[in-house]
Amino acid sequence: MTLLTVDNLKVSFPTADGIVHAVRGLSFSVDAGKTLGVVGESGSGKSVSALTLLGLNPGADTTGSAVFNGADLLTMSQSQLRRIRGAEIAMIFQDPLSSLHPHFRVGWQIAEAIRAHTSVNKHDARAQAIELLRLVNIPQPERRVDAYPHEMSGGMRQRVMIAMALGLKPKLLIADEPTTALDATVQAQLIELLTQLQREVGMAMIIITHDLGVIASIADEVLVMYAGRAAERAGARTIFFKPHHPYTRGLLGSVPTATGVIGSRLLPIVGAPPSLINVPSGCGFHPRCPFAMQACVDEQPSLDPVGDDPTHTSACWLPPDMIGVGVAMDVVRQRYAGSHRDARAAKLPGVVAAGDGAAVYA
Amino acid sequence: MPELDIVPSTDGEVLLRAEGLVKHFPLKEGIFFKHQVGSVKAVDGVTLAVRRGETLGLVGETGCGKSTLARSIMRLYPLTAGRLIFDGADLSTLSRSRMRPYRRGMQMIFQDPYGSLNPRRRVGSIIGDPLAIHKMAKGAGRTKRVQELMEVVGLNPEHYNRFPAEFSGGQRQRIGVARALALHPKLIVCDEPVSALDVSIQAQIINLLDDLQAEFGLTYLFIAHDLSVVQHVSDRVAVMYLGKLVEVADVKDLYSTPRHPYTNALLSASVVADPDKARSRDRIILSGDVPSPINPPSGCRFHTRCPKAQALCSTEEPQLRSAAGDPASHQTACHFPVADGEKLASEKAAILHAVEGFLAEAPSVGAGSREASAT
Repeated sequence: MTLLTVDNLKVSFPTADGIVHAVRGLSFSVDAGKTLGVVGESGSGKSVSALTLLGLNPGADTTGSAVFNGADLLTMSQSQLRRIRGAEIAMIFQDPLSSLHPHFRVGWQIAEAIRAHTSVNKHDARAQAIELLRLVNIPQPERRVDAYPHEMSGGMRQRVMIAMALGLKPKLLIADEPTTALDATVQAQLIELLTQLQREVGMAMIIITHDLGVIASIADEVLVMYAGRAAERAGARTIFFKPHHPYTRGLLGSVPTATGVIGSRLLPIVGAPPSLINVPSGCGFHPRCPFAMQACVDEQPSLDPVGDDPTHTSACWLPPDMIGVGVAMDVVRQRYAGSHRDARAAKLPGVVAAGDGAAVYA
Repeated sequence: MPELDIVPSTDGEVLLRAEGLVKHFPLKEGIFFKHQVGSVKAVDGVTLAVRRGETLGLVGETGCGKSTLARSIMRLYPLTAGRLIFDGADLSTLSRSRMRPYRRGMQMIFQDPYGSLNPRRRVGSIIGDPLAIHKMAKGAGRTKRVQELMEVVGLNPEHYNRFPAEFSGGQRQRIGVARALALHPKLIVCDEPVSALDVSIQAQIINLLDDLQAEFGLTYLFIAHDLSVVQHVSDRVAVMYLGKLVEVADVKDLYSTPRHPYTNALLSASVVADPDKARSRDRIILSGDVPSPINPPSGCRFHTRCPKAQALCSTEEPQLRSAAGDPASHQTACHFPVADGEKLASEKAAILHAVEGFLAEAPSVGAGSREASAT
């Protein structure tokens, strides 16, 4: 059952330097009880999309729709949104220190969220807060409920954030880089905790991250974003083993463990993410893409089905059967791209001379 | 101070040797008359050898003393105790001015490419700084050398006159690398050089460091918390916990047969970008947080969180030594090292239990529809 459907979401911010097109036509859906992993580099529009869904982007120009449980989040009134935000859609932010109020005890902050949405008295809310702290594995919750955020470590603060988010058993939990600021051991504890909680509580999750390792451990479906648009969308295994979009391929080539052979050279993507004020024409990835063709410069590809997995879609002009990682497939892609390129496309910095069969990501 | 015991290197000569390195930061109290009330034992007796031409990875959680160790090795802090021998010279007690000539041989790359470059100075003069300080080159010669360096690290030499703000994060890290290379150092200490960068840019910098090592015969001390990056770049890896080394081994040995329970936990906790492996692995989840380095636990410092801890662990401190059957290069500081194929207890069950309790006991909240969906 589809819980959230986002359709053609566009978000832009007017700034002194020009209009920043942070999200440029993003469509996706999340099923109840499933985990969608959203992956992409800084500035790909991951966080902005999430904040927009919860109405936390004042000052942004937003178009499109985001239908949650039959109601459009983008057009509803502030009071309607307030009833949903926190109770039905909860969010965990990247930096737990700046998202907790330093002057209030954590128990009070958790109870505040509960009291804002339900008619429980202070005493019961506090009891629930203790229960929630126990749920997220904070030792001695009866004592910790009266602690201030600065008395806790980063991992504990993030647990408090999770406790707060789970307080009202939301249907959808959006976690924006929930483990980025944390150590590997704490990250593992939190991933384990989130997956267990999800299985038991039955909530859907959107996990926003740039860490493919986190995506691999937690996501059912993956949405790869680049320059404010969806580049590719598929089940987690398809994304990791049979990617279609050259950007996904490039991300996988950049991660030591994903390239398969330890010790082999990494295959990074050339250049840096584009400016969202002057977004490249056509496919936003074409200036960095080793397989850029004429069509990529001129026309934006749409998110179309590719490969043999029916849920696999990709926004790329390469033929739909060119899926997979590995040098052999790169050579096939390169040969195809080489024959669909004119002088202009051949001069792009990401493009390397065809024919040597070597690793194409510089 | 425990007896110092360094395995004589069989392959390659030792470039840097730290013996019983200690760095304590005093904690002071009082407004007018400050008196010391304790100390943060950030690095507490680390013995370590870095061989010429190798990359030694250093891993550990936040607050375990990785960065303090790196800065102590660079002599950016005065040492509390211990000896530091770099390229045959004892640096541990040299004064600032006597230390300076040796600094040419050791340089550092910092984590934050934004904070480590002065925003008000031009890139050319930032990279030229080491040359100026050590009076290596002047005027046009310096400019030429800086532009060479910029080319070596993949920057456009024409951008010599730009400010750091005009560069992206990855490019700024390249500026940091160029600055570190300026004096032809032998050792480069990389303190989390890629953690602040995007994945695709990370790979660019890792490849650059790889190429530079091959070209200039550099030795790296590479600090990172991302275990897959460390595995990719290192020849040997040292694991640190609360100011002490708990395990040192060749990269292959460490990742295939970790002996210390802490190393096991750390490795099992690291996420791998492979959905099949990520889901099938059994994570060892450590309870609690890292103890305070002001009052570290007695005996083995890991015993408070260790799934294998016994009475001996809290009384006697284990020394780094090779477990039975391991090569001499693989050393573990543990009384009860993990054997091949041994499985450490995991805490999955405890979490599951808590979740069930929550669902059964939590007072009902919210509207009816929500409760229905939750149960």
